[in-house]
Formats: sequence, C-alpha cells, structure tokens
Amino acid sequence: MSLHRGGYEIRLVWRHRLGWAFEWICRLTTWSTMLLLFVLLGAILVTACTPDQPLRNPNFKSTVAAGNGIPAEAEFLPAKKPRGWLTWDFLTKGNSYIAEDAGIMSGLWGSIWVVGLTALMSVPLGVGAALYLEEYAKPTRFTKLIQLNISNLAGVPSIVYGILGFTIFVRMFGLRDRPEKFICSLGFVDVHFELPLGRVVLSGAATLTLLSLPVVIISAQEALRAIPASLRHASLALGATKWQTIRHQVLPASLPGILTGVILSLSRALGETAPLVVLGAAAQLSIVPGRITSLGDAIQHPGKLLQAPFDQFTAIPLQVYSWVNDPSRGFEYVAASGICVLLVVLVLMNGTAIFIRQRFQKKIRW
Amino acid sequence: MSNACSSRPDEQKSSLRHLMTLQWVREQLIQGLLFTCALLSIITSLSIIYILFTTAVLAWPPGKSFFQQVGLVEFFTETRWTPQYAAEQRHYGILPLVCGTFLVTGISGLIGLPAGLMIAIYLSEYASPRARSICKPILELLAGVPTVVYGYFALKFLTPYFIMPFFHGFLGLPVNGFNALSGGIVVGIMIIPMVASLSEDVLRAVPSSLRESGYALGATKFDVSTKIVVPAALSGVLASFLLALSRSIGETMAVSIAAGQQPVLTINPLSQIQTMTSFIVNVMQGDVVAGSTLEKSLYAVALVLFAITLGMNLISQMILERYREVYQ
Repeated sequence: MSLHRGGYEIRLVWRHRLGWAFEWICRLTTWSTMLLLFVLLGAILVTACTPDQPLRNPNFKSTVAAGNGIPAEAEFLPAKKPRGWLTWDFLTKGNSYIAEDAGIMSGLWGSIWVVGLTALMSVPLGVGAALYLEEYAKPTRFTKLIQLNISNLAGVPSIVYGILGFTIFVRMFGLRDRPEKFICSLGFVDVHFELPLGRVVLSGAATLTLLSLPVVIISAQEALRAIPASLRHASLALGATKWQTIRHQVLPASLPGILTGVILSLSRALGETAPLVVLGAAAQLSIVPGRITSLGDAIQHPGKLLQAPFDQFTAIPLQVYSWVNDPSRGFEYVAASGICVLLVVLVLMNGTAIFIRQRFQKKIRW
Repeated sequence: MSNACSSRPDEQKSSLRHLMTLQWVREQLIQGLLFTCALLSIITSLSIIYILFTTAVLAWPPGKSFFQQVGLVEFFTETRWTPQYAAEQRHYGILPLVCGTFLVTGISGLIGLPAGLMIAIYLSEYASPRARSICKPILELLAGVPTVVYGYFALKFLTPYFIMPFFHGFLGLPVNGFNALSGGIVVGIMIIPMVASLSEDVLRAVPSSLRESGYALGATKFDVSTKIVVPAALSGVLASFLLALSRSIGETMAVSIAAGQQPVLTINPLSQIQTMTSFIVNVMQGDVVAGSTLEKSLYAVALVLFAITLGMNLISQMILERYREVYQ
C-alpha cells in the first residue's frame, strides 16, 4: 500500500512538472510569435534606413597597379544615400530603373485611387447585402445558401479573383480583339475610355471590390447582430416602417462596428498584390492616375478626377514586388523603403479602426 | 394597411392611403435593392465557376477548352510542366505544381498549426486578461501584414541568415537561394494568427462545467487542457486547421518571391520549386497571347486550385456548423 502511495506521489509530482513545462512551452510559443512581428518589422526598418555604403571606385585598382600614390578620397565614391533610403525624396518621386532615383509616389497615389474606389463600391454593396441578410431575409434554404456562399467566397484564393477580374473587366470575355476608344462628353469635360477596360484603375478597384465584399458583408453582419432587437421593436412600435427603422435606428447605432470592419477589410485590400499582378497592372510606371499631382491641380482641372479611373496605375505592393524581383544593386533597400511606406499606411488605417472601436464602444451601452 | 386607413376621416383618407402606397412601393424597392446586393455574391461565385469551367473544361463550340486540347490523362499524370517552352517541348502535367504547393503547405502546416494551437490554448486557458489584451492586437497586426512583406522577409533575411548558415554551412547540404523551406516557414507564420484566433474561439466555447468537473476529479491544469478542453473542441480545431491549410494553398506572393519559379517534381525543401499560384503570377507578369494554350493552362491551374480550396473550406464549414449546434 505504501509502495502504491509512493508511486502515486511520484507520478503526481511528475504530472505537475509536465503541466508546468507545457504551460511554459505555450507561453514561449506565444511570446516568441509576438517577438517575431517585431523582428520582421525591425529588420525591414533597419534595411530601409541603412545608409548607402560608399561605392568602390572602379578606377581605384588601376592606380594601385600603376604604383602611384593612393589618394584617399579616390578609393570610394561618395555615397548617394547617406541618410538611408527612406527619405522625403522617396515619397515624391516616381519609379525608375535606377535604384537611387526610384520613388513610391505613383504607387502611393495608385493605391489611394484603387482603394478609394474600392471603398466607394464595396461599402454600399456590402452593407446592403448585410442589411438584407440580417433584417429582411427569412431563414429559407436560399438565404442559407447565400450565407454559405459568402463564407466560401471569403476563402477563395485572391489569385482566383485576379483571374476573374482579368477575364471580366480587363478583357471583357475577349468580346473585342482590339480595345475600342470611347469619349463620354459631360459638357465641361470629356472622359476618354476604352472597352474592354484594360489595365486601368477601375478594373483594379472592381476586382478588389469583389475580393473584399465577403469580408465586408460578414463584418457588417456581425455589427448589425450586436444591435439589440428591442431597439428595432421600439421603433416599429412607434409606427416607423422597416426601412425607417433601419435608416434612423439600426444603421446609426451599428455604424462604428460597420466602419471598423470596412476599414480593416480595406486595409487588407490595400496589401493585396496577387490580383493586381494578374490583372497586369504596370509595375514600371512613373505617372499618377489622372496626372493629379497636387490638390490645386485637382481643383483647377476637375475633369482629371473623372479621367483618373480610366488611367493606368500601379500600387505600392506591386512596386514592392517588382523591386524585390529586381536583382540589380540597391533595389532591396528600395523594396524595404516601399514596405515601410505600405506598413505606415496600414497602421494609419488600422489605428483609425481601433480608435473608432474604442471611442464608440464606451459611449453606447445597451 | 387599407383597413387602418378606412377608419380615418374622409379628407385625410385619400392622402394617407396615397402616402401608404408610396411608402409601400419604396419599402419594396429598397428591399429589392438590398436583395440584389446579396445576390451579387451568388453571381460572383457563379461567374468564377463559369469562367474557369468554360476555359478549362468545356468551351463554347468555335473555341477549344484546355482539356479538349491537352487531355485529362496528360494533365494529371505527366510529370513535366513546361507550357512556356517551344511548341514541341511543351508538357502539361500539373503534378510538379501540385507537389510544390503541397510541399510548401506541408512545411507551413508543421510550423503554423502546432504554434497556432499552442497560442490558442495559452490564450484561452492560461493567459491573464492583461496578457490577452496585449496578445490579441499583436496577433491582429501579424494577420494584417501584407504577404509581399513576408516574401521579402523570407528571401532577404530567412534564407541568407538562417537557412543558408544552418543547412549549407552547418550540415553541408546544397541550398538554393530560392527554396521551398523559406516560403513554407513564412506561410506558416502567416497562418498562425488565423489558427490561433479561430481555435481560441472554439476552445473558449467549451462549457466551463466540463473543466470544473475535470478539476473536481483531481486533474491538473495540463490534464484539463489537453485531455478535456482540446478533445471537446477537436472538431472546431480541425476545422480551423483546414481553413488555415486552404489559405496556405492559395497563398501567392510570399511563395512566388521566396520559393522560386521552377516546376520540379521534388520533395526536397531546399530546392527551387513552383506552386500553382506562383505559376499563375509568373505567367501573368508578362504578356499572354489571348486564346493561347498557355493562357488556357492558367485557367486550368486556377480551376484545380479553386476546387481544392473550395472543398477544404466546405468541409471545415460543415464541421464548424455542427460544432456550433452541439454547444449552443
């Protein structure tokens, strides 16, 4: 009996040790994953801010071989990027084949245009679909099918959306062999566009809209579900119609939640590269959609704003991808700087989402 | 509606009824409009299937689909994938691409699934509320990092500073600058947040009465976590694993940057490979002749990709659905 008891106690000690070890393994895994994020960001930031190493002067060797006196300043050429690669210049220049001259401006504006148009299209469509599913739809088989379909679409690889967009928007099913030019006269301005659309901002935005719609719908549905039914019942009891209830009670109350979800899914769309590569968006582009380079420009020539959606474009992640693939010297630093700009934009968007969530969550109590 | 109106005075009656009909029409219009929005998702799905199917499997009569030109047997049994070569050397066997894809997915699963589950167990069973409030936003950030960034990290940091010194310098194995291992590792990191948050949800959904009965029987926290909570949530955890794996199959940019562009039938993680997704990206970067077999092969590869991920998503959704019914 005592032997048994001893065995039990030894096993108990080991069980506790095992539990302790397991807890620490879990803890270590968690915190090292967290650490990984900072390693990743740190490595990229350091690369982007590394000053350019002074270049070895190609004529230097011959002077040694000739046995002349070695002038100290001739050994290295002065560095072109003494303050690192992530500078103001980088933000204000277009792309270039020379690493030192490459900038992100066309990518930045391209991304803003594409994501802006994506927001314009995906928010009404996504919120509309969520409203239908949450407020109107009866639990029929068809509704269930739509719901299942949406969650499946959210899991479709982004590259498949790229092929979808390429076929529908860029090629338009190959209805015409050669793009046909159209001019749409709006009185004060003529908008030039081609059909099939080709590799323009609008194609990119439409593709990203299809890609981000499922996520927008799902997050908007969650926001709508968080609104208590009593609010709707109270409004309906006062004689409001269904739409009036939604318009004046449900939507305002769920707006912070919807906005948070929308911003998060747009920030995902901003980082999407694969669909844009498949669409064939240009990577080597140094112009901005609509050639709008300043606010004054946009005010003076409002027509450019309408022309921009039908202009060629590039985007930050696309630029980064083409720089990563460029084996010539210096482009890995340019790519790191591009990633930094991309991450700053993402952090700004996510920060806005978190701010909205924090601020409005405290105000509303059901 | 008309009954309610008829009880009112006559002069108001007509205008009110008029108003009610207008409102009724407006309500119907709005409902129709919102329904169209919801229908758009079905249209999207159908058009994906239509486009992939008509180009890859069965084309409208004047044109020929990919499988009408190449043949299913060659597509699934041939071991060479060389659609970009000169006409007489072209082979269309998807096996190298599938093999590359599953190599990367396998590596990512080996890294991402256990790590994600560990984090989920830590967050749901061990972590203090404070630790949770730090971990969750960081995980969200990790999930929000664009995939090109992971690709860059794999190519410029992971391969030269970790994989090369260890496998080439220490073990003396030949390592390619582009290798499946670096791609697999970053894809593994990428799916950690997904596994962690999905699994944590299902672990937390396990009723605490189960945990308490475990403690009452003298179980340690380890026993409760691994022998009660995880088995109770097993189907949900498996569903999250499936979703994560389907995501890593569809992952494109990180893999095409880090793992190279050479379709080789190999299971050596240190060699250059090509996945289905990176093939598509690689071809679409250049100009593709409309209607060429190369272009149709893109659709065929995309169809295989779509079918695999759709199947995995459907299975995991069915599991999650059943799981929800059990515990609610």
